[in-house]
Amino acid sequence: MSASIAVLRAEARLLSREPASVFWILAFPALLLALVGLVPSFRAEATSPGGGRTIDLYVPVTVLLGLVMAGLQSLPPTLAGYREKGILRRMSTTPVRPSALLAAQVVVHGAAALASGVVVLVVGRVLYGVALPANPAAYAGTLVLVTLTALVAGALVAALSRTAKGSTTVATILFFPVAFTAGVYVPVQSMAEELRRVVELTPFGAASQALHQASSGGWPGPSHLAIMLVWTVVLGGVSARWFRWE
Amino acid sequence: MAIIEVDRLAKSYGGRTVLDGVSFAVEEGEIFGLLGPNGAGKTTTVECVEGLRRPDGGRVRVAGRDPATDRRRVTPILGVQLQHSDLQDKLTVREALELYGAFYPHPADRRELAGRLGLDDLLDRRFGTLSGGQKQRLFIALALIGRPRVVVLDELTTGLDPNARRDTWELIDGLRDDGVTILLVTHFMEEAQRLCDRVAVLRSGVLAALDTPAGLIEHARNATVVSFTPSRPPGDDALAALPALRTVRRADDGRLVVSGTDATVEALMSLLARDGITAHNLRVESATLDDAYLDLTRGEH
Repeated sequence: MSASIAVLRAEARLLSREPASVFWILAFPALLLALVGLVPSFRAEATSPGGGRTIDLYVPVTVLLGLVMAGLQSLPPTLAGYREKGILRRMSTTPVRPSALLAAQVVVHGAAALASGVVVLVVGRVLYGVALPANPAAYAGTLVLVTLTALVAGALVAALSRTAKGSTTVATILFFPVAFTAGVYVPVQSMAEELRRVVELTPFGAASQALHQASSGGWPGPSHLAIMLVWTVVLGGVSARWFRWE
Repeated sequence: MAIIEVDRLAKSYGGRTVLDGVSFAVEEGEIFGLLGPNGAGKTTTVECVEGLRRPDGGRVRVAGRDPATDRRRVTPILGVQLQHSDLQDKLTVREALELYGAFYPHPADRRELAGRLGLDDLLDRRFGTLSGGQKQRLFIALALIGRPRVVVLDELTTGLDPNARRDTWELIDGLRDDGVTILLVTHFMEEAQRLCDRVAVLRSGVLAALDTPAGLIEHARNATVVSFTPSRPPGDDALAALPALRTVRRADDGRLVVSGTDATVEALMSLLARDGITAHNLRVESATLDDAYLDLTRGEH
């Protein structure tokens, strides 16, 4: 047990020493929210379909952006790099299994992603008076589930690329469609219905809808949760199947 | 009882045979060298000992256990330095020692180990900023941190400058006193000659020789070579009668080159003295492990 904690502590320290990761995960989403809120019309009442303010819709979007940054951008090159540099191999010669290192990376990135979500909620509340989620339990539950989806997707990118560089390339290419489905360019709730139907089938599109429902006090639609769950199980299964230790 | 037993070890990758029935045993407290050209199967052999690879055939035991299947019992007593393996660039030396120390039930004293390996002044340095020699010293420290009974070092000094190499040798020599068993993969003959009690030479996946460094040298084809310009040529019959003679050659410049063992040289000297022949520009060269190794791995036996 103490060995796993030592690994976790070391990996948390290492992540805190990566200024780029810290910026993109913890600061960038909140910064983007702050910038979006500078546009006066986004703060005007009833500018978005459904009656809310556009800035209200951007809070879940930037929360999701933090998850994408942690799970899909920062995690894959780290994992692929650990394999490429033989760190996992070295670990397999000790009494601790290399999977402990992967687990630690997933945990610290998950924690950073959730912390980023909290920062976004606080910034939205303080700067623009965005109400905190009206159904906190549903919001937190959705957040945990979609964080898991983002992490296993990142693990899959690491599993399928041979080098850290390769996984960075794949992650960068994936970023644009993933950010689109999360609603970074147009919030999912503002999309035309036909497009929204498709986007809701993606994990971040479904998550965006679920978070939106939870922030206005409701419970996420079961179909949204089911879609996230299916993606998590499938991506997790494939990455576990394909991950190479060396 | 041998602490490392390798018995008829066989391994192939995709139909290409890498190891074909390699057997040796390493006694507790021994420094055992594994030599051979690139591709001879040295690293594959130690990877089987480390439990990183499963043999296709044969048996490997470390302290009586199978390293590939009995990981839980083997890893705590095994310290490993791998050939191509780094640490996280931003991990400091102190953190690396703490982290790897936490993996073992009874880790070595970190401060004492750092002092012994000259890492005292580097504790706060990040791995990525260390020189090759400093990294290698840290890897040795990590291999020792669990107080292992067996240490496997794979090409420990490759890429080090001669000074760092010598320092590393002294460290390994120092481990002898602790009774730690060391399996050392190297392609530096000087390293093997200096450190190893016994040496196994691998050639294309089979064991070409297994002996002490001195024993291997003795069996080199030209163990000792004497060359000189005689004041007058000694008789051919007398030369041919020298004990343990290997070769006699008359060079174009009139030099006589005789190879054999120490006994050959002694007999030659008394022959010259008896016949009153003066040996000008006398040179005696002893074979090194290099010569023995080249003989073995070129397959001229």
